[in-house]
Amino acid sequence: MDFYFNPAGFLGRLPNMGVGMLVIFVVIGLIILTTLLINWLFSDK
Amino acid sequence: MDNFAILYENLLKFSWQDIVMILLGCLLIFLAIKKEMEPSLLLPMGLGTILVNIPGSTALIGPIAELYEAGIANELFPLLLFIGIGAMIDFGPLLSNPKLMLFGAAAQFGIFFTLSMASIFFPEAKDAASIAIIGAADGPTSIAVANTLGSNYVGAITVAAYSYMALVPVIQPPVIKALTTKKERMIRMPYEQKSVSKTTRIMFPIIITVVASAIVPDATALIGFLMFGNLIRECGVLDSLSDTAQNVLANLITIFLGISVAFNMVADKFLRVDTLLIMGLGLIAFIVDTAGGVLFAKLINVFSKKKINPMIGAAGISAFPMSGRIVHKMGLAEDPQNHLLMHSIGVNVSGQIASVIAGGIILSMFGG
Repeated sequence: MDFYFNPAGFLGRLPNMGVGMLVIFVVIGLIILTTLLINWLFSDK
Repeated sequence: MDNFAILYENLLKFSWQDIVMILLGCLLIFLAIKKEMEPSLLLPMGLGTILVNIPGSTALIGPIAELYEAGIANELFPLLLFIGIGAMIDFGPLLSNPKLMLFGAAAQFGIFFTLSMASIFFPEAKDAASIAIIGAADGPTSIAVANTLGSNYVGAITVAAYSYMALVPVIQPPVIKALTTKKERMIRMPYEQKSVSKTTRIMFPIIITVVASAIVPDATALIGFLMFGNLIRECGVLDSLSDTAQNVLANLITIFLGISVAFNMVADKFLRVDTLLIMGLGLIAFIVDTAGGVLFAKLINVFSKKKINPMIGAAGISAFPMSGRIVHKMGLAEDPQNHLLMHSIGVNVSGQIASVIAGGIILSMFGG
């Protein structure tokens, strides 16, 4: 069988790595802010 | 004499590949029973592997193929399983300290690092992306993403995902120890119990669904079903449904999921060098996930006056609740008075959310 080996593939996917982690942190950041807001609005007094 | 041929003619059709796969099926059953490694999934998978590798098996073209088409090819089983998982999760510790969610995000780094690594060995983006999602440390997400992308390696990816989830107690401690000092592992984090209102608990799954789906629409089904299960749990008026989702539904789907995944465990799809590569890349994903969470916690400590025990970052890998418990045990081993459980479980459930979002991001990037 042919063995595929392309080290350049690693570098080619680095932009995906950057964008992926950025999107995760943005989404989680928004969820944190919204959660803090609802915690503040609806906290048991 | 010809009448006796019926006794042996099928035996002659066995190839060495079939026999290896049947032995692999037996190994999965052994690991499930003797070592208790994810037994609810590995046992049905093991028996399914035996069933589909017997030459002329009616299981492969009959019930297992039907179950695969009905429940995995269209993502139904993983999504239904998410209802059960959502119903099992208590987001209380996370809602008490929402900032813990950052560690869940950081611990997804292994997915994207492995995407780059897998691109060295796999020319097709759909395969590299499907292998990377093993790092979600979440079986249903791995199956759903690999299937949606149409990967050629769904069987190997499923085996790797569930095997490494079962091996989290072996994989994570050495990585955590290598990246932390004893002093860091002894950092105490007193738990401040904050009351979380019922309204907050009910609104949380709805908000997560809306926010995550609005930004990553490909995650809508994954996150929506997970949060649906949690909403059933928290609403307070569907206790019977919550109980059914946590037990009956989750168990039933796990049985079907395990045996139908075996559809991909046939020799010509599984016995390849690629499978070994996938197992290796899956291990890298788990290690880098763990390292990502720990190093992110150490980074936060550089800027924060209130120090965090960096071990809790490792629980962001998902693999709920095993990873959270391991961190707690490691904390106790260093200092018997250091109780990290509430923090580590909070990070652990955030890892569950973040891994599903990561699955959606991977689908957005490569699902085109």
